[in-house]
This record gives sequence, structure tokens and C-alpha cells, in this order.
Amino acid sequence: MGNIDANLDRLAALEGMGCSRKRREDPRFIQGKGTYVDDVKMPGMLFGAMVRSPYAHARILKIDKSRALAHPGVHAVLTADDLKPLKLHWMPTLAGDVQAVLADEKVVFQNQEVAFVVADDRYIAADAAELVEVEYEELPVVVDPLKALEPDAPVIREDIRDKLTGAHGARTHPNHIFTWNVGDKDKTARVFDNADVTVRQEMLYPRVHPCPLETCGCVASFDKVRGDLTVYITSQAPHVVRTVVGMLSSIPESKIRIISPDIGGGFGNKVGVYPGYVVAIVASIVLGRPVKWIESRAENLSSTAFARDYHMTGELAADSSGRIKALRVHVTADHGAFDACADPTKWPAGMFHVCTGSYDIPNAFVSVDGVYTNKFPGGVAYRCSFRVTEAVYLIERMVDVLAQKLGIDKAEIRLRNFIRKDQFPFSTPLGLDYDSGDYEPALKKVLAAVDYPALRAEQAARRADASAEWLMGIGIVTFTEIVGAGPSKMCDILGVGMFDSCEIRVHPDGSAIARMGTITQGQGHQTTYAQIIASEAGIPASLITVEEGDTSTAPYGLGTYGSRSTPVAGAAVARASHKIREKARQIAAHLLEASPEDVEFDLDRFVLKGSPEQFKTLKQVAWAAYNNVPEGMEMGLEAVDYYDPPNFTFPFGAYLCVLDVNRYTGETRVRRFYALDDCGTRINPMIIEGQIHGGLTEGFAVAMGQELPYDEAGNLLGGTLMDYFVPTSVETPHWETDFTVTPSPHHPIGAKGVAESPHVGSIPCFTSAMVDAFAHLGVTHMNMPHNAYRVWQQSRSLGLARQ
Amino acid sequence: MSKKIMVSFKLNGTQTDVVVEPRELLIHTLREKCLHTGPHIGCETSHCGACTVDVNGMSVKSCTLLTVQADEAELLTVEGLAKGGELHALQEGFMQEHGLQCGFCTPGMLIRAYRLLQENPNPSEEEIRYWMAGNLCRCTGYQNIVKAVQYAAAKLRGEAVQTSHPLMAEILAH
Repeated sequence: MGNIDANLDRLAALEGMGCSRKRREDPRFIQGKGTYVDDVKMPGMLFGAMVRSPYAHARILKIDKSRALAHPGVHAVLTADDLKPLKLHWMPTLAGDVQAVLADEKVVFQNQEVAFVVADDRYIAADAAELVEVEYEELPVVVDPLKALEPDAPVIREDIRDKLTGAHGARTHPNHIFTWNVGDKDKTARVFDNADVTVRQEMLYPRVHPCPLETCGCVASFDKVRGDLTVYITSQAPHVVRTVVGMLSSIPESKIRIISPDIGGGFGNKVGVYPGYVVAIVASIVLGRPVKWIESRAENLSSTAFARDYHMTGELAADSSGRIKALRVHVTADHGAFDACADPTKWPAGMFHVCTGSYDIPNAFVSVDGVYTNKFPGGVAYRCSFRVTEAVYLIERMVDVLAQKLGIDKAEIRLRNFIRKDQFPFSTPLGLDYDSGDYEPALKKVLAAVDYPALRAEQAARRADASAEWLMGIGIVTFTEIVGAGPSKMCDILGVGMFDSCEIRVHPDGSAIARMGTITQGQGHQTTYAQIIASEAGIPASLITVEEGDTSTAPYGLGTYGSRSTPVAGAAVARASHKIREKARQIAAHLLEASPEDVEFDLDRFVLKGSPEQFKTLKQVAWAAYNNVPEGMEMGLEAVDYYDPPNFTFPFGAYLCVLDVNRYTGETRVRRFYALDDCGTRINPMIIEGQIHGGLTEGFAVAMGQELPYDEAGNLLGGTLMDYFVPTSVETPHWETDFTVTPSPHHPIGAKGVAESPHVGSIPCFTSAMVDAFAHLGVTHMNMPHNAYRVWQQSRSLGLARQ
Repeated sequence: MSKKIMVSFKLNGTQTDVVVEPRELLIHTLREKCLHTGPHIGCETSHCGACTVDVNGMSVKSCTLLTVQADEAELLTVEGLAKGGELHALQEGFMQEHGLQCGFCTPGMLIRAYRLLQENPNPSEEEIRYWMAGNLCRCTGYQNIVKAVQYAAAKLRGEAVQTSHPLMAEILAH
């Protein structure tokens, strides 16, 4: 027994995978010692402010910057005309389109960047921005993507009016970007023609914004003497920024240093390269001084990257028992005025084709039309993998609609259609290969935990009571996510494969530094990556420093979004650890005067097989690596791994929500939300739970209140936190979490990624519960957001509210 | 631009003099003149609370207070919470209960929670949620922030505290 206790002590000292290790990031944040971009201060630093368009669509007749330039403390006012000689007035987007850096001859969305004022401080810059006089001639506006394709619709992008082929094939209208078809159209149509039952539902996934608490910004510093450019930037993908800046500026990447310091949340908002970054860099090059640009909240909510805005129509064909035979989907995707959507190059609707969900659906066809409108560009993945939230919303809504039509319980219809455990790896009709899953036990665990039959009985009693003030709705979702982009044969950004990387150096004293191509924005990488190394290489996590975000020190990687850090970089961490371990084993064998085959790794040491008392600790081996290695071996103990995953990972979960809805006021109370997640191997349970709480809360925000609505003139109605719903501690529900563990078979440690699943899964669960509150009256769908006013309208239209 | 004015206040116990324009906001003075970058700017419209500091015993969103209004005030920011190298119970609580992720809201949260515990040493969950409603967090969903405040409240009352995220539990369960 003594040995077991000793092993446990050694295990505990490692703080490896599976332990709720406290976060290494916390000491600096709880003492106000984080370094976010706006905290960076450099000698001689100037401050930039953007002049923006008040119109959604207008020709620029004249820009007069003389008054602004004459204002004391102003150093420069840049417009498109100043950028033209540098060929920087337009820039490439991640989606194969181009975007105006500063508006060139016309503006195409409200708050578009028109001029950039650089001044001594932020007050002077704001004053001078007001002094830039721009004369506009208003043009007709299109905000509705369904109207944008009408024959006489105003042409938004005159620069590509006659371009018949875009980055993703033929264009059929000046406002049309692409049509993306996946699946077998004819076969799917035949199944629909011969089906026992079909259902069809239109739904709108409204335009929303990730709204991290820190807005976007940068500090650009060009050193004229050295020819070096350093940029501190709020980026989820600093290496990609370096490549883009290199492409735009012709400065070699070796002379560009991009640093993502502490990031105040990203949620997809900080993936793109925005005009503000580019003009700050240009201003620094022109003026030879550091230039800071920090956007305001209103600028953030109106110009740097929205999410969603998908107008979807779903159809299911099934037999009379509810077995689904086919899925057909059409999407009109509003991409705004430039196609700056963040997706892998080959897939203009991202991984929307995961929309067959957790179900064994033999036939499917999906068609997505991308459309330009006079709204700001984006289409980022707001706490989800590319377009996966939209896909999961679609299929989960459709399964509910089918269940309702057939009179089958929502849980039962899911159990009838699940992909069974023995069908994995499972190939979907839309071309994805699910790695692993075990859906039925997950749903059954949730149903048992909440006593589902009792909830349904209570609901039946409530429905039977005509005087009941509170309606009751039960939502169920069983989602499958696709994360970990991705295999470079399928996924690239601007031609760079979506691998990720890790470099580990073990120092002579046995401590280590590890660097990755990802960047934490609150996920706790500095804590969890060290846990992987601790378990896989035997170095205590407390002795490992994890560094990310500085392109001059970290190996190249594609960054953190789409839950790719653990599935991709986490795998690189494990594999680099294995390389360290293997070299260490050989050194240990040399020290033990044994052959390497006779020496095996055991937690934190290398043991002679059969003689556990003869061993060398990793710490002893690390010292020897710098003075006593086997003949012919290189000195040192370090490893690099670039990991190109063979496949995506497919986390899944089963969620259940109980809502009480006031029929007279539309007020909604979340009585219960039970979230079971399966993310494969669990690295740090405390951090996983925290990520799930956060994802559920962001899902609650989207489902119940978030929306960026526009009027007909293209004015954004509600671009501040006064209007844009960010839940406080008062309205945020209490979350109940649970888990199962189904490791990924192709990942070195079986981990799948977790932080986005709760966002993806909770949103349709809220809608499912809300519709369920009215389902007995024939309601099959309600569009988000489910705020009190809209819910009251639904109640009133059914005669439930006082007239 | 108008004539600058000298403003004096006590910042975390230290007498501090600054020369500012009458229009300058306290958050900018703290961050750029006093180099206290703990308080953050999240919205500039008093909604998010990332800039919360304690002014004369009241929680104030420093993006909406002119620096000249803080003349002769006693200011407490997150930088003043730890004393003599010892973390404040709230700082410990936020770490033990995983009450933060990206950390951007944390300085404001801590200062607001500090004021809460000054006024009410034994708040209920409902009271904590009500008191913290002026501070937005996009990462945590607040559940662990509530626990962090409860942890600190218990510790300050002299009760034994235990984190709900024990380090070894799951390892030993294997």
C-alpha cells in the first residue's frame, strides 16, 4: 500500500491531466497586472481615431481634412487617396474577396471607415475626427438579403460589378457572392417525393455580435532605422496576421513581430484583420512613431465582424415511425458589404454541412447562397466552429418540428434516429467522417437526472389548467459539433494549412518552457497545456512556463478559434512531449548503463524494467542532457511538433431546459438548464466547467436577447450596450453540468475540445423550450431573440394574453 | 482645449497630484497618468463595469466620472487590494473558485465585491447577484463569481473555507 501512496504523491506533484489545477494566469489578473493591448504604452506613442460613414450606401463627393490637420496636436489624417500610392486602400479578406481599408469613392455600410486621424492623445484625435468634413451623395440601400438578389436591386459592389466568377465559383447577380452545394440533390429529391411524411420550416438566425468585453485594437510601431515592424494586437491568430501584414506591406515576415498579449475575450471577434489595424500600421510607417488604435464599444458592435445572419429553410422526409430519410436545406447567407467571412478557404459556409447532426440520415442536400447587403462585413464563428451553430440550430429545430407533426415525444424521436455507437467512425451523406460518439447514454442520463416523465406530467397538468398564468416549456437538444480545424487537405487560410504547433525546451534544472501557435483569450492555455506536458513527459506542471502570442518566439500556428486549441495544438503538445520523453528515455538508459528497450517511462521517471528501485528522474535526465548524453546523440532536450490532424473531432452533448413563460407579459424564467457534455479526454475539470458556464451564458444571450437590427435606410438600431443584450448576474440562470467521456480515437490524448459546445447546443435548446411552451396550440417555430416583447406578441396572437 | 487643473486625491493610500483638462475622465487619468492599468475600459457608457473603482466608499464607474470630481477623494483600485504581500480574500476566492477567465472584467468585479462585503459581510446568492449586476462578464456566466464572493465572505468572517474545485479529487477517484 505504501507504494500506491507514493505513486499518488508523485502523481499529485505532477498536476497532470485530469486535475483541477488552479490557473497560472490568475495571479496577474486578480492583481490588475495583466497586459492588454490598451495597457501598452510606448515612448512617443500617438493615438488614432476613425472617421466613419453615417450612411449605409453613399458616394463620397469630397473629403476636406484641412480643419482637422490645422487642429493643434494632429499629426496626420489618412484617406483612401493617401493609401492608393501604397496600394493599401484595399486589402484581401480571409474569404477571397477584397475589402476597402478606407472607403474608396463610396461607402457601403454605416460606420464604414472613411478617414483615420492621428494625434497626440485620444481626446485630440476624437476632436479632430469631428473636424474632417465629408460630403456624401446618398444611394439606395439594401439591408434584406432576400431583396438584394432582385433584378433591379442597387449594386453594392461596383468594384466587382462585372466579375462573373468569385472566389467560390459563378456569380449570378452583382450582389451574389457564391452558391455552395453539398450532397446529392437528385437522390434527396427522390426520397422527398416518395416519403410518408415531410416537414418544412423557415427560420432566421439573426445577425449578432460576439461582443468580448475588450474591444479590438492595436499598437503599431515601425522602427525606421532597423526596418522592423512590431504590432501589439487583439488577435486570436497572430501568425496569420503576420502573414497578411507581410503580404500587404511587402515587409519580409522576418522583420514583422506580431504580439497578442493578454486578450480580453475573443469569441470569434478577434480572428479577422480589420481596417483599423492596417491604417495604424500605415500611420506608424509614415510617421515613424508608434500609433495606438482602440475601437469604442459602438465601433466594435457596428464594424468589426458580426456573426450568423442566416435565413434558413429546412425540410425533413421521414417514415411514419419518425425515422428520418432525408434532409434538404437552403440558406441565404447575409455577408454584408464585403465577404470577410472567416472560414477555411474551400468552404464558404464553413462546416455548415455538419447539419445532419447526431442522426443517421441517409440522404441530404444543402445549398447556401452568399449575398452582399449594405451592412458591415463579418460572418465570424461566435463561440463556435465555422457556421456550426447555424447548422446545429437548423437540424435540432427540424427534428422538433418533425416530432411535433408525428406526435412523437422529442426525446423519443432522437433515440430513434441517433447514430449508434457501433456505427462509428460514421460517414455522413454530406462528406464528414465522425470520429466517435455515444449519444443514447448521454440523453438517457440527462432524462433520468431531471426526471423527464415528471416534468412532462407537470406540463400536461399546466396545459389542462386554463387559468394558469405561467406556461411551461421543455427543450431538448442532442447536438454534435465539429471542431479542431483542421486537416490541411481540407482546411487552409490564405493557403496556409490549418495545422498547429508546439515547441518544448527542457532546461538543465528540469524546468521547461513551451510555446505554441495558439493564443489564450481566457481559456487557460498556460495552465492546461502544462498539464498535458506533465502527464506525457513527466515534468511537474508547476515547472513549465507556457508562452503564446509572440510571433518572434512561438512556432507558426493558426491560432485559437473553432475550439481548435486542444484538438490541434493540444495534440502537438502531446507529440512534442513524447519526443522529449523518448530522448529522455535513451539518456536515462545511458545513465543506468542499460539498453533503451529495458527502460520504461513511469510518471516522472525512467525505470529499469523489473528493478523499480533503479531509475533516473526526468530532472536527473535533464541535467545529463547538457553534459552526459549517449555517444552520437545531440546535446540538449527539446522538441518541436507541427501537427496536421487526420480529421476533425466531434464533441457532442445532450441538453435539457425548462422554461416558465408568463402568458400575460412574455417574461421568461429559466427554471432549469441541465447540460451534459462529452469532450473526450478531460484535461482540467475546473476549467471545462468554467468554459461550459460561459458558453451556456453566451447561448442564453443569443437566444433570449441579442440582435443587431437595421432599419430600411441601413441604420443599425442598437449598437451600444444599452440596446445590445449582454446578460448580467441577475438574469443569467444557474447552470447544472454533467459529462460522459468518449475519447477521440485519432487524437494523441483523445481530447476533442469543449468551449464552444455549450454555445452551439444551448441556443436551439432555449428555442426548443420556448416553442414547447406554445406547442400544444400548434406553434412549431419562433424566431430568436425570445425577448419578453416578442414572446408576449406570440402569446397575444394565440389569445393567451389580455387583449 | 481648456485650461488644465490640478487635482489631488489619495490613490490606494498614496497622495497623488495630477494636472488634467476639466473634461478628462477618471479612467483615463488612472490608466494613463497614474499608470494604474488594472481598471479597464469596456464600453465608455457605464454599462460594463470594467472600470469600477471605489471612490469615498462608493462603487463608481470611472469612465463616467470627471477627474476633477475626484478632487480630495479616497480612491481604491484593484492595485490596492493586496496588503503587505498578502492577497485579499476576494482575490484568493476568485482564484480558488475559478471566478475569472480572460480577466478583463476582474478588476472591476473585485472592487465591486469589496464594496459589497464592506456593506454586507454575509450576503445571500441573490444579494450577490443583485449587487454585481452592474459588472458584465462575458466568460464565466457569473456562477463561479458568486462562489468566489461567498468564499471571500466566509474567510473574512473567520470561517473555514474550502474550494469547490479541489485539486486532487478527480485523480484520487480513478
